[in-house]
Amino acid sequence: MLGLGILSGLLIVPLCGAAFILSLNGDEASVARNSRWAALATTIVTFILSLVAWSRYDATSSSFQLVESHAWLAEGIRFKLGVDGFSMPLVLLTTFLMPFCIGASWNSIHFRVKEYFVAFLVLETTMIGVFQALDLVLFYLFFEAGLIPMFLIIGIWGGQRRVYASFKFFLYTLLGSVLMLLAVMAMYWEAGTTDIPTLLQHRFPAEMQWWLWLAFFASFAVKMPMWPVHTWLPDAHVEAPTAGSVILAGILLKMGGYGFIRISLPMLPLASQDFAPLVFALSVVAIIFTSLTAMMQTDIKKLIAYSSVAHMGFVTLGLFTLNEQGIQGALFLMISHGIVSGALFLCVGVVYDRMHTREIAAYGGLVKRMPLYAAAMMVFTMANVGLPGTSGFVGEFLSMMGAFRANPMVAFFSTFGIILSACYALWLYARVIYGKLDKPKLQGILDLDLREKLILAPLVALTIYYGVHPAPVLDVFAPSTEALMTGMKAALANTQTAAAALPVPR
Amino acid sequence: MYHAIVFFPLIGALIAGLFGRYLGARACEYITTALLALTALMAWVVFLEGGPEVRVQVASWFTAGDLTVDWAFRIDTLTRVMLVVVTSVSTLVHLYSIGYMEEDPHRPRFFAYLSLFTFAMLMLVTADNLVQMFFGWEGVGLASYLLIGFWYEKPSANAAAMKAFIVNRVGDFGFSLGIFLVFVLFGSVAFDGIFPKIDSVKEMTFHFLGHDWNALTLACLLLFMGAMGKSAQFLLHTWLPDAMEGPTPVSALIHAATMVTAGVFMVARLSPLFEVAPDALIVVTVIGGITSFFAATIGLVQNDIKRVIAYSTCSQLGYMFVALGVGAYSAGVFHLFTHAFFKALLFLGAGSVIHAMHHEQDMRNMGALRRYIPFTCAMMAIGSLALIGFPFTAGYYSKDAIIEAAYASTRPGHTLAFLCTVVAAFFTSFYSWRLFFMTFEGPARWGVHAAHDHPDAPAAAHSAMAHEADGAPGHTEGAAHDDKGSDIEPAHHSDVVADDHHGHGHDLHPHESPLVMTIPLAVLAFGALFAGLIFKNRFIGEGMDAFWGHALAHGPDNHIMHEIHEVPALVSLSPFIMLVLGFVVAYWMYIRQPKLPGELAAQQPGLYRFLLNKWYFDEIYDAIFVRPAKKFGLFLWKEGDGRIIDGFGPNGIAARVVDVTRGVVRLQTGYLYHYAFVMLIGVAGLISWYLMAGFPKGGH
Repeated sequence: MLGLGILSGLLIVPLCGAAFILSLNGDEASVARNSRWAALATTIVTFILSLVAWSRYDATSSSFQLVESHAWLAEGIRFKLGVDGFSMPLVLLTTFLMPFCIGASWNSIHFRVKEYFVAFLVLETTMIGVFQALDLVLFYLFFEAGLIPMFLIIGIWGGQRRVYASFKFFLYTLLGSVLMLLAVMAMYWEAGTTDIPTLLQHRFPAEMQWWLWLAFFASFAVKMPMWPVHTWLPDAHVEAPTAGSVILAGILLKMGGYGFIRISLPMLPLASQDFAPLVFALSVVAIIFTSLTAMMQTDIKKLIAYSSVAHMGFVTLGLFTLNEQGIQGALFLMISHGIVSGALFLCVGVVYDRMHTREIAAYGGLVKRMPLYAAAMMVFTMANVGLPGTSGFVGEFLSMMGAFRANPMVAFFSTFGIILSACYALWLYARVIYGKLDKPKLQGILDLDLREKLILAPLVALTIYYGVHPAPVLDVFAPSTEALMTGMKAALANTQTAAAALPVPR
Repeated sequence: MYHAIVFFPLIGALIAGLFGRYLGARACEYITTALLALTALMAWVVFLEGGPEVRVQVASWFTAGDLTVDWAFRIDTLTRVMLVVVTSVSTLVHLYSIGYMEEDPHRPRFFAYLSLFTFAMLMLVTADNLVQMFFGWEGVGLASYLLIGFWYEKPSANAAAMKAFIVNRVGDFGFSLGIFLVFVLFGSVAFDGIFPKIDSVKEMTFHFLGHDWNALTLACLLLFMGAMGKSAQFLLHTWLPDAMEGPTPVSALIHAATMVTAGVFMVARLSPLFEVAPDALIVVTVIGGITSFFAATIGLVQNDIKRVIAYSTCSQLGYMFVALGVGAYSAGVFHLFTHAFFKALLFLGAGSVIHAMHHEQDMRNMGALRRYIPFTCAMMAIGSLALIGFPFTAGYYSKDAIIEAAYASTRPGHTLAFLCTVVAAFFTSFYSWRLFFMTFEGPARWGVHAAHDHPDAPAAAHSAMAHEADGAPGHTEGAAHDDKGSDIEPAHHSDVVADDHHGHGHDLHPHESPLVMTIPLAVLAFGALFAGLIFKNRFIGEGMDAFWGHALAHGPDNHIMHEIHEVPALVSLSPFIMLVLGFVVAYWMYIRQPKLPGELAAQQPGLYRFLLNKWYFDEIYDAIFVRPAKKFGLFLWKEGDGRIIDGFGPNGIAARVVDVTRGVVRLQTGYLYHYAFVMLIGVAGLISWYLMAGFPKGGH
């Protein structure tokens, strides 16, 4: 079929859906209705297609699979796609979350419905592209292109201060990207290609690694976001429509972590090791500071946004521990957080659609009228807290264990996160769900309707399932992690022997 | 069979939780209770059969690198004992709750939580590795949170639930670090992988927080921190009294008989580790001793019937830790076993009193109830006798063994522990009789009999007096203020009355509880009377070695269980002397001279307030942890994120323009350059900071 493989298919299907929606004509109501259904159908087809890809994927191998390569800009810069143990689960997470986003936007978008869904489908393509790209230029392209639809989603369909938030979001992430572009070019000049599998084998000189690492770091740290470049996230979340928040927390944040594991760690192992303490320091600060900040929030979405920053602190912490527990834990936490934080934002969306406020103080006692909602929210809150038996635990536990092996002091401080997360999460829950239902406006509030039940039920099930049986995801990471570790160890050992052979200049 | 024991309660919880609204409350009650009864039956069969240690693999949980965590059961004598305790008490509490919760509209939820708790607790005690234990550990924490906050409309219940969860998390902080360290040392988290390797790890040191520790001592201390949280030991005890906000059956099951003993179970389970970490055991002994003493002092003056028992629980847990600390693991577990019966009995009995009094919990508004609820009164008497260790009741055997062990031990800290436990025995006897006399004897101070002569209301407690003088003797507001000693936090159970489905008031007719509530009391009373006599030989007597097998470790120099038979007669008699003394003093103060307590309190206002306010722990913690954390969080948000990061970052450069011109501004290259420049400076600053400050290098 035109020489295109299933991975290209995953990129093309959402675009086709977008094109179809664009072509819709007629009166506004029917266009809106048709574009909803078309978007839902497209995302579901994409999800099924990704499941097909998954069925063809061999989880025991660490090599790139389903690879396809097409001529593109130059001989060294090709349109190359492929997935391995790091990217496959993230692709699945993306395609899995999209239908929920469409479902969450069903009734809450009232104008430019057509354009809204087009933006989402384009966004899906770019996100899948980031995880599938096996060429740095292609990776960069998708990485940046994703900004535009997200910028539009926040800027057009967002809340009161949407323009401020979208510009903040755009500025922060763009700045990082500029530096990343420079780094990509430098890599091309050094290695003569931007082919990722080739670059993974390439040994960059130690000094160059430093600069490259920093340039990538600027980009990934913003995306992650790491403290202190995280302040765009709470604003972006608060202003974004529900589905935008879900994608932002669920997928876009994971691109930073993916960048670290795909580029920084394997390609720049020396710099990664040297900078690990910096990452540790920033991660620990993120975990403690943003958890404390989260505690004091008065806006539900902002609180969850800050808690996302704290959780991403665990991810960066785990990634740079450079041991299996840390890395696999961080990767698992990325998947788990994608589900859980996405679900939490969906939960916020449920009450926001009813009451049109995100103020914590405007709620209270919801359990009385909304027992199902309270139960779902309890599951996600507990997953956010990292309760064993929910998916949140496995990732947090492993990344902290990895941190303890790498540096007990760092683990000591990061473990405060488990106390603080309990504080802010339970406090939020107590103020919104428990208490007396005495606010007049809340008296008539309704429990989950069928659409919302359909959206939240699979997420509840998955949160618990992965908590009890995380192997389906965790074991996919294992071969690639092992390969990464072997590669890094070899590179580090190599330089150590080289350094030992030289007389010390100082 | 083991699968059934553990998973039947989960099935019950799922049925009641998911389908409760379709099945109806009655069906949920029957289903969960029946499943629990079956479980208990099987547990007793397993217990009486005994046998060697068994490992049952259920499934694999997760693997990462060389870390493997399984879902698996480890069934040995220690587990069998716990199975019996947990399932028996849980069954009785389920049964009792059918009566106690009769008028509550949310019974399916209640029974689902109860069964969920039981499941988590069973996972905890059957755990074959530390991570699964942690699963159960946090699982019971969740159930406890849900049940304390069961009456979610009460702000005090919500606060108490959160407090319980968060304080436990502080303990779990240590527990997690302990698990990490154990894994680093042993390369495994499974008990089968840990215990055989102890000899090779014994001498290792570990650098942590700027100090070289003996690795095992550090691991044990960290793990013990978890135990302190769960078992409400000194410093991490503050959640337990507040947890009394939950329904009384919950207090009996979770906060007396089972969950709070998880810490004791953990130390006993890890006895091979602790046994080679004597320094850690000293800490266990001292903390246990202090807790037994200090909780008992607070129990002396509390007026809420449940809180007295709560502090008593706290104190008794201290006894158990003393036993563990001096190496008398079997005595500690034996006390856990007997305590479960009589403390559950006391709580359920108190529940029966509260039920009879239409949700009144303040003992100052009780009195003379013996004539109205004689059966409950008898049960409470049995529970109290067992608690104070009256000869031949259950508590007698286990408690005396602990006091003797504390005396006989040669480990540092044992003298302190001995003194604390003996004095605590006196206090225990005193507050138990005080509770009994205030509740069942003396003049009636409720309903039409209400008068203003509360035996314990001293001049010092102005607020309480003032409130009660307002003419609402039936209310508990006075007690609430009194308990807190200040108006900083909302009153604790001031709205009990609001949730009172009976309505309350002046035409009170105390009534005996229905049969579903009295049968569990009778069963527990049987246990409280005879559990010691029947099982003493196996737990701590001659049959000890055969009974325990390898479940509990004893070092080669640890002969404590034999040495306790060689202590001086005075030591053996000391608990009994204390018991008599406590009874005499209580009798004198509350029956013969009922004015005396008030006068005493008035004479020593400082001491009285100190005890009444629980040594001011809540206030201290609020001042040094809670408020600074909130302030700091606010600072980080407004100043850190808002003024510093955003101020120098996006707001200062671009976003302000965006705001001012209301979004019509286009992104101009100039701003981007400014922005890039600032970011570069920032990154450069960070790097130089990192280089100059010389971060600790990773790796080890």
